[in-house]
Amino acid sequence: MDFAGAYAPAHLTFLLQGFLVTLEVAFISIIFSFIFGIIIGVIRYTKIPGISQIFAVMVETIRNLPLLLIIFFTYFALPEVGLKLDKFYAAIVALVVFESAMLSEIVRSGLNSIDKGQIEAARSSGLTYVQTLWYIILPQALRRMVPPIVSQFISLLKDTSLAIVISLPELMNHAQIINGQNVNYVIPIFILVALMYFAVNYSLSLVSRKLEYRQR
Amino acid sequence: MLRYSILFDHWDMYLQGFTNTLKASVLALIGSLAIGIIIAIFRIAPIRPLNWLGAAYVEFIRNIPLVLIVFVFFVGLPAVGIRLDPFTAGTLGLMVYTAAFIAEVIRSGILAVPKGQMEAARSSGLTYLQTMRYIILPQAIKIVIPPLGNQFINLVKNSSVLGVIAGFDLMYFGDLISSETFVTFDVYIFVALFYLVLTIPLSLGVGYLERRLAKTR
Repeated sequence: MDFAGAYAPAHLTFLLQGFLVTLEVAFISIIFSFIFGIIIGVIRYTKIPGISQIFAVMVETIRNLPLLLIIFFTYFALPEVGLKLDKFYAAIVALVVFESAMLSEIVRSGLNSIDKGQIEAARSSGLTYVQTLWYIILPQALRRMVPPIVSQFISLLKDTSLAIVISLPELMNHAQIINGQNVNYVIPIFILVALMYFAVNYSLSLVSRKLEYRQR
Repeated sequence: MLRYSILFDHWDMYLQGFTNTLKASVLALIGSLAIGIIIAIFRIAPIRPLNWLGAAYVEFIRNIPLVLIVFVFFVGLPAVGIRLDPFTAGTLGLMVYTAAFIAEVIRSGILAVPKGQMEAARSSGLTYLQTMRYIILPQAIKIVIPPLGNQFINLVKNSSVLGVIAGFDLMYFGDLISSETFVTFDVYIFVALFYLVLTIPLSLGVGYLERRLAKTR
């Protein structure tokens, strides 16, 4: 094991570049999947006939597939039907598709956990259905959803590493490139990479725990 | 229109991948249940250093990617002279990763049993271990089954990382078939169907158990 060689400044900057790509892909995917997750979750909650069922089938199918397959499919199979995305966007599209499905389920069960009496009270005080959802139900449900949503974001950040199969230049990919130079770098590099992921994810989970605590 | 001939011509390969995916998932489930139970006991046992050890395992493993853990087994161990075949390395990686989640499921199941049960059993003369074995665990198991089912679904999906290290699972054979036929789209649609054959019934089963448990509460 060669710690000094593995942690040479050039390697550290290379890992950091990879980590920036990881964070960038994760950040963009988090924003989009949060938006889509809420929209799909609300659509399924409101039980609009037809549309609600279509989304149910889509969500259940996607949730029951491996994310790796979706990433692979987006990058390698979609070009066959004329949709060519570069690595960066293919990774983001795949992550957003998968995580939106996961988040929509969190949103839906969060909405379902709000007492139906709230809707009746709001409606009978003259609010429309959409107003009731927007001003009464969603704000309360969102507060309850914070902990599961944050742990879904942690999953998302970890899952960006799956994009190594399409050689997206993220942290795991860069780690493997360094490992390829010298066998003695492998263990030191894995320790450092694990600590990098851990630092970000653990901080996120601490934030989530604090928010959860404040609700009580 | 999908080219179904790909499915029929390569049925053996699909089936072999499917079998290996199932095998990796079941083996990893058994292993991670064993490790998970031990870690959960560490976390709730009335011994401080064990609590810390259990918490450290869970927090560390849960916050790093599965791909990294699998690579530690597949690339890291050979670097210190231990060589594993891809299937074994992948399955061990899945085991270590899933154990952290299973430990949390079991721990919260045990904590969900009312505290009075422990106190009553202890004061009637049972030892701590006897209380766990005869009073707490039988009640916790019922609570724990649906979330364990969810972990198994995740395990089946996560077993696809074997494909990254050529571990002879469905993803790997998908890769093989598409490099033979020069078709990607259809090949992976069929791979997806094989995964759904496993995960959809599991999801429905877990959903049923959850609803039944909610009713008995």
